[in-house]
Amino acid sequence: MEQPPRPPRQRREPEVPEAPVALDERGTALSALIRDVLKEFEVEVGAAVDEVVVTVKPEDVSAICRIAKDDPSLDFKYLRCLSVVDYIETLEVNYHLFSLDKRHKAVLKASVPTEEPHVPSVISVWRGADWFEREGHDLFGVVFDGHPNLTPLLLYEGFEGFPGRKSFPFHEYDEW
Amino acid sequence: MQVQQQARTADTIDLMINMGPQHPSTHGVFRVVIWVDGERIVKAEPHIGYLHRGSEKLCEGELYSQVITLFDRLDYVANLNCELAFCLAVEKLMALEVPDRASYIRVILCELNRIASHMLFYGVYGLDVGAMTPILYGFRERERIQGLFESVTGARMMHNFIRVGGVKEDLRDDFEPRMAVLLEELKQGIEECDDLLSQNEMFLARTKGIGTIGPTEAIDFGVTGPSLRASGVLEDVRISEPYSIYERFDFGVPVGTYGDCWDRYYVRVEEMRQSLKIIEQAMAQMEPGPVAANVRRIARPPKGEVYVRTESPRGDFGVFLVSDGSDKPYRLKVRAPSFANLQALQYLLRDAYVADAVVILGSIDIILGEVDR
Repeated sequence: MEQPPRPPRQRREPEVPEAPVALDERGTALSALIRDVLKEFEVEVGAAVDEVVVTVKPEDVSAICRIAKDDPSLDFKYLRCLSVVDYIETLEVNYHLFSLDKRHKAVLKASVPTEEPHVPSVISVWRGADWFEREGHDLFGVVFDGHPNLTPLLLYEGFEGFPGRKSFPFHEYDEW
Repeated sequence: MQVQQQARTADTIDLMINMGPQHPSTHGVFRVVIWVDGERIVKAEPHIGYLHRGSEKLCEGELYSQVITLFDRLDYVANLNCELAFCLAVEKLMALEVPDRASYIRVILCELNRIASHMLFYGVYGLDVGAMTPILYGFRERERIQGLFESVTGARMMHNFIRVGGVKEDLRDDFEPRMAVLLEELKQGIEECDDLLSQNEMFLARTKGIGTIGPTEAIDFGVTGPSLRASGVLEDVRISEPYSIYERFDFGVPVGTYGDCWDRYYVRVEEMRQSLKIIEQAMAQMEPGPVAANVRRIARPPKGEVYVRTESPRGDFGVFLVSDGSDKPYRLKVRAPSFANLQALQYLLRDAYVADAVVILGSIDIILGEVDR
């Protein structure tokens, strides 16, 4: 007797849990404050774990950063970190900000298309952004408009491709 | 008279000098091009990247437990501090509770590593200003600490000891007596080092008032750690955003006044004393217990992103971790304190004497492993 063919086994994709959001009092106060200060811009205020996330349009970055630094209630005098994350279709530029006096923190995010990654430079706001932007240009190919010297920083002159990106042939790459 | 007039009208051109990459005072492979007008530096241009290994990208291809070994190799004189930063980031994402004893072991080892790192700075800074003896004193103390590390972690430098959720194993039985001896030795050693160099007249002449940077500029450049505190800004991540169990300890944060080379040097010497204070308190508070939380062997943090800052011996060591829920990090960005501190070099070197260039570079205490990553 022939057995009926078995139905193909459904493989259950493991569920990926999301990290819970746990903003403290300072964080909740700050997100209300940011909504108030940046009300003339198109911003989206959210949260990731313990940090206030402000998603902005790439063309507004420079103006918003200027306000974030100069506004006495925000007082983001210190740019902690500037990083680029590759999400295949878009590149996300993250600005981690911190206020040394008020001790609150936030992260600004701007998404740019991978084909034409253009973000205004914030070097006029924080001088410390200089090398971080050069690194972002070097490894991810993000063009920071207005940066005076976007020459290779970590890579050597004439290096082709952007090794930070996911599309870079990483494990197959052999130079030596 | 005529000679003087000639000198006044003679054309001068700026002379370009290349320093490094293989220069003993650059503490690694680092090149700085300086333009000098006579004895004064007109412009300085640092070039980095000689040690770029793509650590951030490498991390994307490793399991979370394997990434720790890569972090050892970032700041290679303060390995445990780097390991701690990464493990804290993963733990924060997973919302893990670390057992108390593990946290105490971490703090004790990290503070010891801070002393070892500052001792290295003390020694080589002596060499930078032209004194031979300090490096012998500095390395003597550092060797003692590394001997203890070897007995605890099995390695002198690349420890791979701090794990996600705790530490690799409990301390040996002989740790406490050894630590008691070490604390006494270090206390004496730090005083000896301080006596030897800090108030030496020639040392003062080489470092006082040299390479000053004000608090506003320092913050603008993103300078952190002892270099920022030397400029008179009270900012220490252990105080402003206490991580791990640092809020349980009572310790001081030394702050400088002028932001010159001597302040940057002395803040570090004083920090070593404060680290000893933390270790003493931690030794007294530590109780027996488990040293690792119950974590799956292959950690899979939930989807999300987290930014953790810790106070490494060089400053604000940040880890930006983006996870997509898999067993490997999606993106890992290391905010290295030396990287940001080194940016200020262009500012510090301007208008300095060319003979002071090495003294200024030495005082910001860079480690090329984390500058280039």
